[in-house]
Amino acid sequence: MSEYIIKVSHLQKSFGENPVLNDISFDVEKGETISIIGSSGSGKSTLLRCINMLENPTDGVIEFHGRDIRNLDISVSQYRSKVGMVFQQFNLFNNKTVLENCVIGQMKVLKKSRTDSEKTARTYLERVGMLKYENAKPMQISGGQKQRAAIARALSMSPEVLLFDEPTSSLDPEMVEEVLKTMKSLAHTGLTMIVVTHEMSFARDVSDRVLFMDKGVIAEQGVPEVIFNNPENPRTKEFLSRVINK
Amino acid sequence: MPQLPNTFGGWIVFIIDEYGELFLKGMANTLLIAILGTIIGFLIGLVVAIAKTIPVRKTDKAFKKIVLKILNVILSVYVEVFRGTPMMVQAMVIYYGAAQYLGLTMDPIFAGILIVSVNTGAYMAEIVRGGIISVDKGQTEGAMSIGMTHWQTMTSIVLPQAVRNIMPSIGNEFVVNIKDSSVLNVISVSELFFTAKSAAGTYLKYFEVFFIAGAIYLVLTFTVTRILRLIERRMDGPDTYVITGSQSDSMSVLKVKKRS
Ligand SMILES: Nc1ncnc2c1ncn2[C@@H]1O[C@H](COP(=O)(O)OP(=O)(O)O)[C@@H](O)[C@H]1O
Ligand SMILES: [Mg+2]
Repeated sequence: MSEYIIKVSHLQKSFGENPVLNDISFDVEKGETISIIGSSGSGKSTLLRCINMLENPTDGVIEFHGRDIRNLDISVSQYRSKVGMVFQQFNLFNNKTVLENCVIGQMKVLKKSRTDSEKTARTYLERVGMLKYENAKPMQISGGQKQRAAIARALSMSPEVLLFDEPTSSLDPEMVEEVLKTMKSLAHTGLTMIVVTHEMSFARDVSDRVLFMDKGVIAEQGVPEVIFNNPENPRTKEFLSRVINK
Repeated sequence: MPQLPNTFGGWIVFIIDEYGELFLKGMANTLLIAILGTIIGFLIGLVVAIAKTIPVRKTDKAFKKIVLKILNVILSVYVEVFRGTPMMVQAMVIYYGAAQYLGLTMDPIFAGILIVSVNTGAYMAEIVRGGIISVDKGQTEGAMSIGMTHWQTMTSIVLPQAVRNIMPSIGNEFVVNIKDSSVLNVISVSELFFTAKSAAGTYLKYFEVFFIAGAIYLVLTFTVTRILRLIERRMDGPDTYVITGSQSDSMSVLKVKKRS
């Protein structure tokens, strides 16, 4: 039996009276890359935010290495450093340089020394091709560069899982590719990734499994070949024809 | 007995000659009260605003929720009372209240600094709170997502940006304090207005004396405003500043484009 790193069981989330996630269950194996697709408003961000503990589920259980995340032997801070998140709007710290963005969490959360933190930060900045911008402030770099720096910041925490929430959706078209390329290279390093995306090429070519979300439920999940070539659910078909032929 | 002047210009020269040193002392005290009052007021505002923005989560313990709730009410009352009453009245109540009921005769300058600080703190609390709100929520989420605590997020990420955004408002409070510290004359603080009043009394030359006092106030505020503008321009801030919470309306938000 393989090892699940994240297991979501019967997850429910409502905002007030408004149900957003309904009976979501899936699991993620170590090293897997999972793509979540679905139209806007279907609850994809909320699902990632529940996994990162930015939202409290209304009901259901999320497990990390087999333990309920509300009941871990590590603090919420430690958990978040192991399950990082990359946002659509980058969310880089505007008052810090690119390097400092990657250093601050290591020092404050992981309690590493500045020297060690900078070394780790530079390794990952190099990996995403942002080392030469280490002294730039977020204001001074392009969207694609910001997103790559944000990925380096998340990687600097040495996470086991990285959650991506539409990492290319607010980028100009010519910058999408550089970010996707970075993510592709990560998928092959054994990092576990859950990626909410509208980039169907990424979902099809890079991920091990695809979840299709519709109105707060997982309407269909499977390997990309099946989801893209032979979807069972008519709503999956309808969604794919809409996004692919646009 | 020197010959008393009989023209406006003559009186100005005469008064400056006679009371120049007194005016300088008054001016120094006014500046001291305004500077310390603004700095301490800012620190008070910072603490109040931080306390008021501690997030309460559904999962928090009941005790923590109650303590935060009570703290919040106390701080709101402080802000309302000090923003809702004239500083002149606050000066009277605090100064004579302390003397009568605590047996505490405060040094007037100390009392002046205390009153301006506490008064400014109430305005600053709202200004800082506005500054905190004006920082994009994504900044907090970015910090949380890598495991930073609320306190770490506030001190390293949110507050530095909030303070930079509200620099114009802080400068504005400083200028207001230079002018409004004049009300402290009611408790005999020897600031500029008070010294002018005593100087005017001797020869009953109110117009001439206060003309000079007005000129000094103007020079002070004009100089301070220019210096602050220079500092603002030098700070590598965002292209637009957000000014939140004017004296009259704490909810007002003004976006100001930086001069390039
Ligand atoms: N903090 C919130 N408060 C209230 N409703 C929310 C909140 N966050 C998301 N929602 C609602 O939840 C639904 C799903 O949102 P989201 O998870 O962002 O969808 P997606 O990422 O798939 O576009 C939307 O209808 C949205 O309006
Ligand atoms: Mg979303």
